[in-house]
Amino acid sequence: MTAVATERRSRVLAALDHVRDPELDEPITTLGFVASCHVSAAGDVAVRLRLPTYFCAANFAFLMVADAYDVIAALPEVRNVDVVLDDHFAGAQINAGVAARAGFVASFDGEAADELDELRRTFVTKAMLAGTDQVCRPLLASGTSPADLAGLTLGDVPPSAELDRLLRRRSELGLPTDAAAPLLVDPGDGTAISGPGAPKYLGMARLTRTGIEANTGICRGMLRHRYAETGAGEEEQR
Amino acid sequence: MYEKNGEKYFVVDSHMHMWKAGPDNWVKGAEQYAKGWIECFHAYQSLGPKETHWTIEKFMSYTQDDLMKDVFEDGYVDVAIFQPTYLKEWYTEGFNTTEQNANLGEKHPGMFVMNTRFDPRDGDAGLEELAANVDRYGSKGVKLYTAEWNAGSRGYKLTDPAAYTFLAKAQELGIKNIHVHKGPTIWPLDKDAFDVSDVDHAATDFPELNFIVEHVGLPRIEDFCFMATQEPNVYAGLSVVIGGLMHARPQFFAKVMGELLFWVGEDKMTFGSDYGIWEPKWQIEGFVDWEFPDQPEFADFPRLGVEGKKKILGLNAAKLYDIKVPDELQLKEAEPAAQDDAKLVTQ
Repeated sequence: MTAVATERRSRVLAALDHVRDPELDEPITTLGFVASCHVSAAGDVAVRLRLPTYFCAANFAFLMVADAYDVIAALPEVRNVDVVLDDHFAGAQINAGVAARAGFVASFDGEAADELDELRRTFVTKAMLAGTDQVCRPLLASGTSPADLAGLTLGDVPPSAELDRLLRRRSELGLPTDAAAPLLVDPGDGTAISGPGAPKYLGMARLTRTGIEANTGICRGMLRHRYAETGAGEEEQR
Repeated sequence: MYEKNGEKYFVVDSHMHMWKAGPDNWVKGAEQYAKGWIECFHAYQSLGPKETHWTIEKFMSYTQDDLMKDVFEDGYVDVAIFQPTYLKEWYTEGFNTTEQNANLGEKHPGMFVMNTRFDPRDGDAGLEELAANVDRYGSKGVKLYTAEWNAGSRGYKLTDPAAYTFLAKAQELGIKNIHVHKGPTIWPLDKDAFDVSDVDHAATDFPELNFIVEHVGLPRIEDFCFMATQEPNVYAGLSVVIGGLMHARPQFFAKVMGELLFWVGEDKMTFGSDYGIWEPKWQIEGFVDWEFPDQPEFADFPRLGVEGKKKILGLNAAKLYDIKVPDELQLKEAEPAAQDDAKLVTQ
């Protein structure tokens, strides 16, 4: 591969780092879902995606293929984009629908009532709750009480990668991200969580994180059984 | 019965199967789905200990003798609850029907509880079939797979009016336990197929039925737990939790167990091996030995002791199914002597 081609491929993979599995809230690259990625000298990109099972839910699969298509198409040096999901029960419908930029309802004629915005929002909300636990857990461990956490603002929390991630999820939901905004907020309307409400809220946040992490563990194990080869950009975690 | 450190555990495997998934049973034109389904199950088996893995050929077509040895001879199980999953759109004779289960169960009286199933999209014929199965097999439970494909439909919710008709009929026929298994498809496809809010509604509207949510709602543990705290008749079926996490991801297993003990509680959790995905032997041995890791992040969770493990491994399911438990395998506090003492005091 020439230096130019290698650099172009890296840019495509970097773009794919921004495509997340909506349920697991992790990039499709690090999860191992990018089976291969080729970029021609002329700027034609061919990406193949793969999932842990043949029956992974069609709606989430569609979102990942469509998002991958969009982030690659947005790169200025790209001429053509071809994203294909392999080995999936709805692969033909998803691939054809995304290539035609047809949307979910049109791609699944008669089987879907709406596009996937609401589904996506539901899962960003879960990711935001899980992210809140990631930020709060060390504070609780160091002796801050749940009620005290309810009195903190985002600006009171020391900087960390976890905090950056939480801010991004809050931003996606249209929730306040400024330093004066409360640390604990209702994901629906952004109102502050009260001191007495904090233990239950934090319990839900921890539970949501546990659910996502357990699913991620199972998905990684299933993918490893299904495919021997490491994915493009894959990272094993824990 | 499993014995360890002088403690005896009565074991009810509340979720297990006898399936027939080889190529000779694949529906013509739907081979890719039949193959995809069983390969997906086989991948789950890879999450258990290596020495318990089977070849895909054995996995598709294990025998009745394999089951009897793995579940009862080697696997410590006292009573096993057969759960059918039909999938007749993909498997010619069905993947795992009530009849297939009964074919083995009838040879071994007292060892199996024969559950059946229904599909609300089957209409009057489905209601008749349900009544006939309950009559013939004495079923007290049904297994519902909401993602089953049926004549162009990719699934249903328990809140569909037809599902309520079937639930009412089941109750009238004497069914007590509804095992719910969510899957990846539903109508409409843009909704989350794994959402358990329909179970929440059904559990409220059918308070005399018990709803055992298999694999604790995975991948929606959080929705399940939150619902289960509010519904007294909702139970956590531990199939997949023990099999899929205890060996492969022990840290996550401990966290999931912690959450379940906190939100649902040890009185409402039931062991299920999910055989033939995983053999019960290693799951039971590992579960009895299991303790929370000695780390601060687990300190807040309720503890699980020997009594709790006895309930989860068998006594809870025995209650749900009126299975007779030998006196020496009951919890000590449940011994009749204690009640007599109480009576003496009040008299």
